[in-house]
Amino acid sequence: MLEITNISKTFHAGSVNEVFALQNVSVTLNDGDFIVIIGTNGSGKSTLLNAVAGSFITDSGKINLSGHDITKWPEHKRASLIGRVFQNPFSGTAPTMTIAENLSLAAKRGKPRGFNWALDKQLQSELRDRIRTLNMGLEDRLGNAIGSLSGGQRQALTLLMASWLKPDLLLLDEHTAALDPKSADQVIRLTKEIIERDHLTTLMVTHSMPQAVHLGNRIIMMHKGQIIHDYKDATRQGVRSEDLLHRFEEVRRREQVDVRVAELLQRMYV
Amino acid sequence: MSLFLGALTIGLILSLLALGVYMSFRVFKFPDITAEGSVTFGAAVSAVLLVKGFDPGISLLAAFAAGAAAGAITGILHTKCKINELLAGILVMTALYSVNLHVMGKSNIPLVDAKSTSTVAEKLGGWMFGQTTDLNWFGWEVSIRDAGMLIAMFAIVAAAAFILLMFFQTNLGMSIRATGDNPQMIRALGVDVDIMMIVGLAISNGLIALAGALLAQYQGFADVQMGIGMMVWGLASVIIGEALVGSNKQGLVVTGAVMGSVLFRLLVAIALRWGLNPNDLKLITALFVFAALVGPTIGRSLMKKSGNQPSGRTV
Repeated sequence: MLEITNISKTFHAGSVNEVFALQNVSVTLNDGDFIVIIGTNGSGKSTLLNAVAGSFITDSGKINLSGHDITKWPEHKRASLIGRVFQNPFSGTAPTMTIAENLSLAAKRGKPRGFNWALDKQLQSELRDRIRTLNMGLEDRLGNAIGSLSGGQRQALTLLMASWLKPDLLLLDEHTAALDPKSADQVIRLTKEIIERDHLTTLMVTHSMPQAVHLGNRIIMMHKGQIIHDYKDATRQGVRSEDLLHRFEEVRRREQVDVRVAELLQRMYV
Repeated sequence: MSLFLGALTIGLILSLLALGVYMSFRVFKFPDITAEGSVTFGAAVSAVLLVKGFDPGISLLAAFAAGAAAGAITGILHTKCKINELLAGILVMTALYSVNLHVMGKSNIPLVDAKSTSTVAEKLGGWMFGQTTDLNWFGWEVSIRDAGMLIAMFAIVAAAAFILLMFFQTNLGMSIRATGDNPQMIRALGVDVDIMMIVGLAISNGLIALAGALLAQYQGFADVQMGIGMMVWGLASVIIGEALVGSNKQGLVVTGAVMGSVLFRLLVAIALRWGLNPNDLKLITALFVFAALVGPTIGRSLMKKSGNQPSGRTV
């Protein structure tokens, strides 16, 4: 279970570039929840994910995961509980190392690493079987460097690596945004399979409204570092892409009104 | 002939330096100039121990440990104190100059009378070839000491390269490689990349200090100046090695670094024989590395102009 309580983060505080990336955000995920986060550019959705992953320490608030207070934990320590897939297909794998070597690194996520062979017999046969489930023919190319694979193949492998040891929380940060439509579909299908099979508690950020509607059991909409809408339980049922787009349009219009009012006031009083 | 054997032996000794530079510069992409201090540090520590009558094997282990400590400090300066990579190395290298003088007590320690690795190698040679003072190899006169030393160095380097390659296949070794390849990824898999870099630089400088210790014992003295230019020398060996094997495969690259070091030393021996001024040696080494660094880039831009597909890789 993930409990995020009132977390805030301001980048470049006190300078002209000050950004209120997160403002008193609170969310609670139950075990097995699959939450999709959508939002405008710069709304703080990726920042929320990074705050949970530990890419930075939040200014205030508390993050609790599986009974641990991880608020102050460094990134590599949180990794024992969290599996991650990044937006950039190059981020999740070590390019000069082979497919098998990359997977051996994932097989030890969050565990101490000593002088044992990384690729023992048992792991070798296990990873052949599990890579076969990707249906990409990669099981015959275990000795190839990851750098020689396509973006879609690399994301599929990163997904496999993130979920190799069942994580308490899976974080997906627009993991199909950099892929061509066909690979994106493939990776999304795989995502769904893995999450359903292992009942993974998941936070996923996406730009795609169809993905938001077709995946998960809850949708969170963010804007300017705040959660502005939470579609869950009954309200989640029957939500269509159009509803979400409509909602975005509303936010945008309200904002334009704000800007126009501000201009009006400025003209009147300054 | 003894010139050839000497070049071969020194080439083998310095291949440990090449392995160390490979570790820092290729695995971590960290231009670690600590190497220049570590070479001398290893030589100094082992020389002092030998003069005091310690076993040569222990002197080598102590040299490795001393180099490892120096490398770890550079690693800590860079990762924990956030000092730029080059500057961290320069600081430790500079500090080591004084440390080395303190360890040695003077600027040069002769080892001619001490029982060192070359004494042991001479015995080994005598045991292997029978008790003659000179051997006849393909019509050349070869002293027992030179032959024994060559064989001993070959054994040590082969063992070091083998252990290093095996280490890279362990869970810890894999994590170190991944740290150099993609720190973001390995952090997300629960590895403290700072620790990995500190451990990696320790191993790198341990090997380099070992090279310094063996070099001092082979040439019969340790000198406080002996580290100058060593990092570029190691780099040249690694680059030649990569050109020789023409592959990114780790086993081949490590073997290539050893071969590159030996070949480079042989080339230098030949050039010196042909009348190259020894004073120009470091200038030529630096020019060589410069050419190897810039060559592929120029080659690519020429290729592009002529409309060919770019090939070759950056150094």
